[in-house]
Amino acid sequence: MIRNSASEMASKLANGEITSVALTQAHLDQISAVDKEVHAFLHVDTQGALAQAAAVDAKRNNGEKLSPLAGVPLALKDVMTQKGIPTTCGSKILEGWRPPYDSTVVANLKKNDIVILGKTNMDEFAMGSSTENSAYGPTHNPWDLTRIPGGSGGGSAASLAAFEAPLAIGTDTGGSIRQPAAVTGTVGVKPTYGGVSRYGLVAFSSSLDQAGPCARTVLDAALLHEAIAGHDPKDSTSINAPVPAVVAAAKSGNVKGMKIGVVKELNGDGYQKGVRNRFEESLELLAAAGAEIVEVSAPNFEYALAAYYLIAPSECSSNLARFDAMRYGLRVGDNDGASAESVMNLTREVGFGREVKRRIILGTYALSSGYYDAYYGSAQKVRTLITQDFNKAFEIADVLVSPTCPTTAFKIGEKANDPLAMYLNDIATIPVNMAGIGGMSLPSGVAEEDGLPVGFQIMSPVMKDDRMYSVGAALEAALLTKWGAPLLSTIPALAGSK
Amino acid sequence: MTSLSRDDVAKLAGLARIEMSDEELVALSNEFTVILDAVARVQEVASADVAATSHPLPLRNVFRPDVVIPSLSPADALSGAPAQEEQRFRVPQILGEE
Repeated sequence: MIRNSASEMASKLANGEITSVALTQAHLDQISAVDKEVHAFLHVDTQGALAQAAAVDAKRNNGEKLSPLAGVPLALKDVMTQKGIPTTCGSKILEGWRPPYDSTVVANLKKNDIVILGKTNMDEFAMGSSTENSAYGPTHNPWDLTRIPGGSGGGSAASLAAFEAPLAIGTDTGGSIRQPAAVTGTVGVKPTYGGVSRYGLVAFSSSLDQAGPCARTVLDAALLHEAIAGHDPKDSTSINAPVPAVVAAAKSGNVKGMKIGVVKELNGDGYQKGVRNRFEESLELLAAAGAEIVEVSAPNFEYALAAYYLIAPSECSSNLARFDAMRYGLRVGDNDGASAESVMNLTREVGFGREVKRRIILGTYALSSGYYDAYYGSAQKVRTLITQDFNKAFEIADVLVSPTCPTTAFKIGEKANDPLAMYLNDIATIPVNMAGIGGMSLPSGVAEEDGLPVGFQIMSPVMKDDRMYSVGAALEAALLTKWGAPLLSTIPALAGSK
Repeated sequence: MTSLSRDDVAKLAGLARIEMSDEELVALSNEFTVILDAVARVQEVASADVAATSHPLPLRNVFRPDVVIPSLSPADALSGAPAQEEQRFRVPQILGEE
């Protein structure tokens, strides 16, 4: 039952074959069985999930009209507030904090009767590409427990690959949905910036952060996308326009006559052989499905990583100033006579991990008087150039494609002491965030040299998210025909797994 | 090549309100030499004729109707407070003694 797709689960719920309580319990059992090894979850809300499931079953018994995913369980990245449920963002500074309100994403999940199983592990405040920066220990990749599950949303992606949940919520500032999807053989979508409300998403870099769906199939991601997206008056950067028809696109999967642009700069040197091979094969399959493959050039993408590591730290140095030990979260050193400033200094020393401190200091520097123009100002100009590159490319092609990441999952600890090598993971995903467009990663097979999953990235223009779902669904269908079964059916069994 | 000394990092840590050990300051100072070199590449293409983008959406002011909507109760707002007194956040001393 837990190996079904979310849409299969939804049909079984709808026709009365299973109940949401049974389905939720099956996932809770799987979490109990395998999460000691995987460590995808920071908090499992057993009682809350079962109560929510029972409520959906009751509604269904009463003949109420329910949403398409009603009763299907989901794992929530621990960067989203859920009223009364611990929300840590993978940080010690928020240990024990129970938010007094729901994020809009959570409110939408509840409105759609999607059952929230618990909160998933992540790099502290979403800063990282491996989940090793979590203050609560790393998550392990279900394909190989000695390897990273990607980051920052490694917990959400790993929970899907370990069949602990059929759906998950992630957030993507520079690739934190797509890179974990790529290295775990799952699907992850960063919608157009402003497509999904950021209200209640604990901010890292406000002009880049975007929540989105994580799933095991393109259609499941589309169903979840429609459930969480839409205008929200509580987020002034939320786009006031209809949600793109992503479910219809995922169901049709039609790419006939579509122009697919291969970004010349996001391939070649620095990309692992198996990654390049799976990418080429996917292009052939899309061409066979009726798409026209063209090459596009985006010469300024090579500066995207540098610009990102100025813009994101700058915004984070400002956003994380709210963790000041005054109104919620950790407070250290509040002895008689201690000043507020010394309490802040001590709390932030103890509460923040190494990478978060590194980025706050870097951002403080990039924004400081005398350096602002050279660093933050120049990075903002690069952002313009990247957006212009995208605009030109989208004049030629309907969507753009590339490998999601240069390599497959690396070993836990391998890059922990080399920040620059770690940052390179996101080289192909960052341009999308800089321009605020949509991006998807879906599995394209495993690399022949290590047997680990490889991701295929699809990028679509602002509010044309439906296009990436059309292309994703077409590729997924062609790959399924080729393989005969989903990629995740070949994942090694975890000890204790059902 | 730009570099930041241990004292430069100490000053930034002070501005960012983070206490740091000497060991941390030295480590960060070493890392920043490499990181700043990498990020300074943005200056190669950031010429004067390129406009800056601060945000992906061309938004101006966003308004909503000025109507009262439910908000957090005082108890909810204080629910995460490290210390509270008389329905208020209790904070360490902010001003110096007279």
